[in-house]
Order: sequence, then C-alpha cells, then structure tokens
Amino acid sequence: MKKYLKTHPDRCIGCHACESACSTLYFKEDNAAKSCIRITEAGAGFDMSVCNQCQACVAACPTQALTVNHQGVVMLNKSLCINCLMCVAACPTNSMQHYKDGLYPFKCIACGVCTKSCPVEAIVIVQE
Amino acid sequence: MNKIERKLLAEYRYELRPVVKGYNRRTLYIDLGTKSIKEKPVSDLMIDKFVGGKGFDLYLMWHGVKDNTKWNDPENEICISFGPLCGNTNYPGSGKSIVTTISPLTGIPVDCNVGGHFGPYAKFSGFDAIELQGKADEEIIVCIDGDEGIIRIMTAPDEEINSHILAERLIEEFADNSEKHQFVSVVSAGRGADHCGISCLNFSFWDKRRKVARLKQAGRGGTGRVFRDKKIKALVVKYSGLKGDTNNPVDLDTLRETGLKLHREIEKGDAHQCHMRECGTAHLMEIMNDYDLLPIRNFKYGQMPEAIGLASWEFKKLFTQNMPDGCWYGCSLSCCKAVDDFIPRSGPYTGQKVCVDGPEYETAAGCGSNLCIWDPRDVVELNFYCDTYGIDTISFGTSVAFVMECYENGILDKDKTGGLDLTWGNADAAFEILHQMARGEGFGVIVGKGVRKMKEIFTREYGADPNFLHDIGMEAKGLEYSQYMSKESLAQQGGYTLALKGPQHDEAWLIFMDMVNNHIPTFEDKAEALHYFPMFRTWFGLQGLCKLPWNDIEPEDNAQTDEPAKVPEHVQNYVQIYRAITGKELDKYELIRQSERVYNFQKVFCLRMGKGRRIDDIPPYRAVGPVTEEEYISRAERYDKQLKEKIGIDPGGRSIDEKMTILRAYREDQYQQLIDAVYKRKGWTPEGVPTIEHLQSIGMDLPEVIEVIKKSL
Repeated sequence: MKKYLKTHPDRCIGCHACESACSTLYFKEDNAAKSCIRITEAGAGFDMSVCNQCQACVAACPTQALTVNHQGVVMLNKSLCINCLMCVAACPTNSMQHYKDGLYPFKCIACGVCTKSCPVEAIVIVQE
Repeated sequence: MNKIERKLLAEYRYELRPVVKGYNRRTLYIDLGTKSIKEKPVSDLMIDKFVGGKGFDLYLMWHGVKDNTKWNDPENEICISFGPLCGNTNYPGSGKSIVTTISPLTGIPVDCNVGGHFGPYAKFSGFDAIELQGKADEEIIVCIDGDEGIIRIMTAPDEEINSHILAERLIEEFADNSEKHQFVSVVSAGRGADHCGISCLNFSFWDKRRKVARLKQAGRGGTGRVFRDKKIKALVVKYSGLKGDTNNPVDLDTLRETGLKLHREIEKGDAHQCHMRECGTAHLMEIMNDYDLLPIRNFKYGQMPEAIGLASWEFKKLFTQNMPDGCWYGCSLSCCKAVDDFIPRSGPYTGQKVCVDGPEYETAAGCGSNLCIWDPRDVVELNFYCDTYGIDTISFGTSVAFVMECYENGILDKDKTGGLDLTWGNADAAFEILHQMARGEGFGVIVGKGVRKMKEIFTREYGADPNFLHDIGMEAKGLEYSQYMSKESLAQQGGYTLALKGPQHDEAWLIFMDMVNNHIPTFEDKAEALHYFPMFRTWFGLQGLCKLPWNDIEPEDNAQTDEPAKVPEHVQNYVQIYRAITGKELDKYELIRQSERVYNFQKVFCLRMGKGRRIDDIPPYRAVGPVTEEEYISRAERYDKQLKEKIGIDPGGRSIDEKMTILRAYREDQYQQLIDAVYKRKGWTPEGVPTIEHLQSIGMDLPEVIEVIKKSL
C-alpha cells in the first residue's frame, strides 16, 4: 500500500493556502520556505512539488533514519538523522525539503491537512 | 560467545567539551609502557603553522622521537589526527584520519589517509590528535569513551586478532546494545602485522544495512607492524552524539549548501563520469589498460588482452549495488564498495561467508594484473586476507610481482621458496605467501619484509645481480610503488619518486596531463605541476578530508574553465567549507601556503631522520624505461620513434641492447633535469634541501627546523 498526496496542477490557482496550512502545522509559522508542498509559477500555470513516497531517499540514507511505515509513507526518525542532506539531493522530485538554519530535512507525510485548505481540490490524499 | 575477561590497567577521566569551530584545542597522549595518560593543549602556533591532521601528527612526532629513532624503538610514535574539517556530515569525503609513524620500511615518517568512523568519533570524543608512545608489556586495548569522558587501557587476552573478526567482536562488546553498533569504531591490525613490514591498520565502520564491521586501511609504510610491536590489539572509540553541527561551525548554512551542491552534482554526474557509486575506484581498470598504464608482470607492461578479465564490469557483478557505501556519513560519492557473502577457498576462513571491502583499483591492479591473476574472485580473496591479516595490498602486490619476476629469471626456485611455484598467475601460490605471512613462517615472511630488504637478501644469499634487482625492484626510499605505469610520463616518474614518504600516487597523478594530453610539455611546466598538486593534495591530509570528491566528480562545465586539471569550482568549495567551519580567512593561495609549510616540515623531518636527499629521489629504472629486451621489443615502434625524434639517432642497424643503452641514458638524463627543475620550483637546493630563505618566506622557519637545515646544507 502507498498513501500519498496526489496533485492536480491543472486545477491549482496559486493561492498558496496549502503551503500556509502545512508550515503552520509543521513549524507553527506561516512560511512557504517551511512547507512540505511547494507551489511555483510555471508559465501560465503552476508546478506543485510534493513527495510521492517513491522511497529513493530511503535507499540513499546512510543511517536508516528514513523508513517506510505501514501505510507506505516515508518517515524521518530525527534521532538517527545526522543531517547530511543526501536525501535532499537524491529526491527525484525535489520534495525532500530543508531550510536555512534548520538541521533536519523534512517532507510530506501525507497527513492531508493541506487538502482541507485547498479551494479547488488540486491536492487529494490517495491510497494505492 | 563468552565475554572476554579484561583487567583494567589504567583509567583517565577527562572533561567533555564541545568542539569549537572544528577544534578541540587538546590532544591525547598515552605512554603504553608506563600506562600514563594525559591531555596536551593545542597551541596557537600548532594551528597557525600546522593546521591539523597530518600537520599535528608530524609536529607531535617531531617532539616525541630522536634523530636516530628506529621504527621499533619505544619512543617511536603512532599519531592519529583528524583535522578541523573532519567529521562534518555535510560535505562528501569528510571523515578521514591521518596516521603517521616512523616506518619500518623507510625509516622516515610515513603518513596514511584512512576512512572509517574512528577519526570523527575520536575527534568528537574530545581530541584533535592521539599520540601513542612506548611499548606495552602485555597485549592491550585502549578504549576512548567519548560519551562518558573516560580513557581506559585494558588487557587483551582475545585469541582472534584478525581484523574482520576482532573489529566485530569489540563493537559488540563496547556498544551499549545491538541497536547502537554504529556508535563504536575499532582500529586493529592482524596476524600478518605481527611478522611483516608491509603491514597496515584497519579502521572500522559499522555497516547498518549489511550488519558487519567494514574495514578501511591506513595502508602504506608498515603502520600495522608498529602497532603490533607496541602490543596494541585494538583502539576502540565510542561516541553517540553525532549531528550535522557537532563541529560547531561558524556558518552552518554555507557548509550545508556547499555540500548539497556537490551531492546534487554527484547525483547527476557520477553515472556518466566515473561510476564511483557502482564500481568505486575499480572503474579505472579498463581505462588504465587502454592507455598502457595498468601494471602487468611487475610493471613490465601496461596493457594485455587478458586484462579484460579484470575490467570494472567484472567487479561490478561482484559488488552489491545501490547501497549508500560511504566510509563516513554524508559521502554521497559512495565509493567503498563491498563483495557480500564471499566464500574464500583457502586459508583459515575457507568456506565461511565474509564481507570483503573492495577491491579498489590499487588492489585489483596490484593483486591482479601485476601478478597476471585474471580471475576477479582470486583478487577478492587476496584483498580479504590482506585486510584481515593487516597486510597492505599495494606493497603485497608489488612485492609478490617482484618475487615472481625473480622466479622467472631463475634468481628464485622451488628450493629457495620452500616449494612455492611462483609462476606468473599462480593465485594459489600468492594465497600461500599471504597465509605464511600470517603464520610467521616460510618464504612469506621474506616477502613480507618488502622489496628493498628482499633485494639485499637475494643478492647476499643467492648471488643475484644487484644491478638487475635494483632495476626491477619497484621501490624507492624503501616503500613499494603503487599501481600505475610511469614509463611514458616523466612528470609521473617525479610524482612517484619525489613523494616524501615514498612512491605513492597521493602527492601527484599527472599521467593524463603529461602523457595523454601533453599539457605540461616543458621541464618548468612539469615542475610547476609537481609543486602545485602535491601541495594541494597535502591539504586534504591537514583537514581530515578525502581526495576523491575533488576530481573523481567534476562540474559539468569544468572543461571550459581556465585550469580544468585543478577543478577550480571544487577548490572554491574547499575554501568555503574551511571558512564556514573554522571562521578563519582563506583563499586558494593561502590554501597552498598552509600545505607548503607542513610539506616542507615533513621534508626537513626526513632529513633529520637521515633521508630525503637527491639520492633518495632516484627511481628504479623499471619506472623510467624498458629494463629487459622483451620490454623494448614489446613497444619497439614507440621506443625506436623516440630514438629518432627525441634523441636524433637512427635506430636502423642497431642491436636492441645498443638501443636500450642509448634510450636509458637519455631517459635518466631527462629525469635528472626534471629533478633540477622541481627542486628549484620548490625552493630547495640541488641536493633536495629546503633553503633557509624559502623556509622563511613560507613561515616555516622554526628554530628546530633551521637547526636541522644548517646541518644538512
């Protein structure tokens, strides 16, 4: 099973509400640089970058700080992470995030909080 | 297995303090004879003049040994240091230890740059260097508990001392539980190091995925022999507090972003550049063979069709793929490949499944092509036993190649080898030599003395022609050559033979620049390269870094830069991470100057110990040109062309012997002219002694240094 946040860029209107919801839950501040989902302008529309739980980062992690839970979601164990950011480079969709002055990388854990904030259903949690 | 009963012989408690800007500002001194343990402060002078890493090692050793100290004198030291950048988890290749000692092979300081987790853990336990002096009167282990701040010296009744088993057992013993094996690292040698000069030390790291202790080698110059002579079975370090900011850098963000940039470059580029993640340095095998640079039959030839059997794709089949095989955390180059579940067919571990680190290029060439052993599994077996016995694969390969050529020439026969048939390619004989080294018996012990001592023995005992042995014995200063052919690259001949510790390629690898691309055609060009690259590469040893991420991955636009051989963007990366960790100013010029001070100090150290003059910088002719007729004939077209175009001699109508004599005179003269140019560029006299003016100009004019120079001039 794999649970992940599915994106529909064709529906996105670029309101960034998902980023606010994510960073507010994760870091207690409204700051797009601390959001697991990233919305960027791309021509006339928008790109939506978020983890698809492909597990490339799990294979790259030298300390096995990244593991897959029973729902197929990649989780970071901070007590094992040594902050090398190899996972950030290994991510094929640029969805493993980090921010200035923060030690740990972070990523979408498919919690779904952002989906509730999206006015156009451009993001939905799915299970495959 | 039963727990080993250990007696506590000495204990020392110290204050745990955070590392500040890459430094602890103290070193650890242990006298193994008296069991005294103490801290020594790191002075401003040490940091300003010697930086760290190899610089600290040499500084401590200089004050620990006498002018006439031999490798097995109690005052000889083993120093292990880490450098201010060591242990960062952000920039690839940042976990190196540098080991120095007075070498049993050369009698001068040898330095080895080695991976594994020991260095970073020992540094974060509280010390910028470890200095071991004296000799224990019984077998011991030394344990540094960096979590509690305790050093312990304990008895070591362990029966098994071979590294692949000892390292694993000590990790199990000293880890808090089986989930915390990765927080313990072990330094050990092996049975071979009890008997042989060509020995090494193994630095472990716990591989969480494979659940085994992996081993990286401080390979060159006999460090393992000194370690065992001091009756040390192992050093153990335990540290569990590692994070990305444990060095307390002044600018973590720059450090992380610079590291991330290189991670991304590797992610994108390695698969179509060097394939380090798939094959490690063994990717070089077919490239060296293609360019006539792969040593075959004791460096006679650089290319043979059979060498395709040792091509990288053959090793790739044996290496487990898609593992984060870094020897320190954060190294995305991941070159330390391993063969899992290998089953040896000889020796004490016959039939047991083992994990083998490597083979790396040097081992594949030294224990493979140079001996005409073409089955990669035989190379893996030699690799495994060399490592676990504490034998240096490079010196082993070059030493066995030497005796095989002696056997070919009738200098040795079965009577003299104790029945060993040393025909080229006889892997079983090579295995047996190795097992004899571990058992301390038979012809293996003679081979374990290294090429220089074998030359003396074969001349004295067997009446061999010393001139022939000198020509084919691939050693200089007493150290065996590493595994590249230098015949057609004058610059590399210098790169090897001018290397301070002996002919290792870690000072300069100029073959492509010189021979293939002809970028350094004049003596002055070559001298400049033989100044810059040894200095640049020395810097890795000062900082606790690995050389490989410098140029085994290159930025996409590197070829379009002014000086692609220097990889300018990566040089700038190093400048940035040095500043980011230490907070000190540095540019690419001062980087070279930092190295130049330590490099010249090491040179003066060699002079102090009785070596390091021009006469010590002369290569065996095998490294310069064809020694035998068969070598000349095999590349006759090349050599005849050189006679005609470079010397102005018509080769027509001349005998092979005559042509070889002319070519030799020319090539040896070229080498002497090269040395003149290099010494001049380095600021040394024609005898190879640094001038006082030069030492003053670079800031390495300490009174004790000048005193040695005055005696040497």
